[in-house]
Amino acid sequence: MNGIENESYRRPKKITQFFLDIYLAFAFIIKFFKEAFVPPFHFKEVVKQCYNIGYKSLALITVTGFITGLVFTKQSRPSLAEFGATSWLPSLVSIAMIRALAPLVTALICAGKVGSNIGAELGSMKVTEQIDAMEVSAINPYKFLVSTRVLACTLMLPLLMFYTGFVGLMGSFLDVHANEQTSMATFFQNAFASINFLDYWTSIAKAVIYGFTIGIVGSYKGFNASNGTTGVGSAANSAVVTSMFIIFIEEIVIVQISNYIRGGF
Amino acid sequence: MSTIHWKAPVKERVITIRGLYKSFGSNHVLRGIDLDLDRSENVVVLGRSGTGKSVLIKIICGLLKPDAGEVMVLGKDVPHLREKELRALRLKLGFSFQSSALYDSMTVRENLEFPLVQNSKHLTSKQIKQAVEEVLDAVGLIQTLNQMPAELSGGQRKRIGIARTLILQPEIMLYDEPTAGLDPITSIEINNLINEVQQRYHTSSIIITHDLTCAKTTGDRVAMLLDGKFVKQGSFEEVFTTEDERIKSFYDYNFIQQ
Repeated sequence: MNGIENESYRRPKKITQFFLDIYLAFAFIIKFFKEAFVPPFHFKEVVKQCYNIGYKSLALITVTGFITGLVFTKQSRPSLAEFGATSWLPSLVSIAMIRALAPLVTALICAGKVGSNIGAELGSMKVTEQIDAMEVSAINPYKFLVSTRVLACTLMLPLLMFYTGFVGLMGSFLDVHANEQTSMATFFQNAFASINFLDYWTSIAKAVIYGFTIGIVGSYKGFNASNGTTGVGSAANSAVVTSMFIIFIEEIVIVQISNYIRGGF
Repeated sequence: MSTIHWKAPVKERVITIRGLYKSFGSNHVLRGIDLDLDRSENVVVLGRSGTGKSVLIKIICGLLKPDAGEVMVLGKDVPHLREKELRALRLKLGFSFQSSALYDSMTVRENLEFPLVQNSKHLTSKQIKQAVEEVLDAVGLIQTLNQMPAELSGGQRKRIGIARTLILQPEIMLYDEPTAGLDPITSIEINNLINEVQQRYHTSSIIITHDLTCAKTTGDRVAMLLDGKFVKQGSFEEVFTTEDERIKSFYDYNFIQQ
């Protein structure tokens, strides 16, 4: 009886907490739009964060993008070879890379690398009272720490996405060239012939939304870290898991919308 | 013969707290606090760990909101200030954290420059450099200018934390456990520094501590916090000349520990 009573007591509390968490998360997002576009601006910090997020992710993005393109081409060849259609490989790979793989691979890599970094850094600052120290020094910590990181993520993800696409196509070209002796000019001519304006814009939109998601989720988790070093680890871990989960949901929604615009599901 | 009328100097009140309450869930931390701080006065808030001493100064600087009560700082009603007004007020408050809270990704120089650069956009780099060197000199750590916080000792970190608050030339200093975790010699150095800061910068201070040596050395007045209320206020000697067993045991325990 006691157990049942306790359970029934706990349940409404958990539900209340769930809705409270959602409210706080939305309030955190809305605060970004209130803070990021009004002075004072921290340009130097945005540039520094762009360097940290963009430049420092290049090595990982290069390896991942290249392997994605190469492996995708290798895996697709046997199926196309059955119909004698290996000449379609450049088109197939480019459509797959630009429409889906480049934005998604870039976002997942950045969610792991950048999201965890933001979560851990801000979480550590929170539990060691550095964020409070900023607050009492009359500095707006949200503006300085969160707005700059979210802006940098939102700006850098589209650039990294195009870079991933390019590196992936280079990986693909390497395989196509080794097997079909296709020249680079022919490969890229075929590759870009099958991509239209909508593909580019959809991918840019995806990258912008994913970048914003990674930045805001990482910052939110870090800003709300508690319980010392354990809390910092949880913030970093939770930043990665939550942002990846949201990115997959966003992917489904954006693909549906872009297919609708193309004229059918 | 003309009569000389002696007029007592009117003390300017910089902090007034009346009927302050604060709870965290079912934990009632502050239960009706009244406290005044005059200009150029050092008030020590003494009490055991977990009695809400730090909560009190966090409410004073607006980091926490009280459940009830009045908190007037330099004539401003802190709990009801808007964010912009609160930031303006915080320029006049210095907060020295128990953990020092130095920005660990920045050097000592950058730690000191940061609040100045963010709040005083009109200053030239030469003026900023001069201000940094001046406060570092005041805390006696000019040689640590290019060191990272991780390379500093506990006492040095405390001093740099105090220097970082002094760079904005605050009118009121709030010290949260300034001697916690320090050896007795370093504690005495920090106590002396608190007094030097008061004399050199004419600050008014609230010092949160459970260290009686710190209370005796730095406090013009001592307020004893027990069970969420101030049970006694006055000079160090007045507070500890008492029959209240709770205060006596606090004194005895500190004495035995030392």
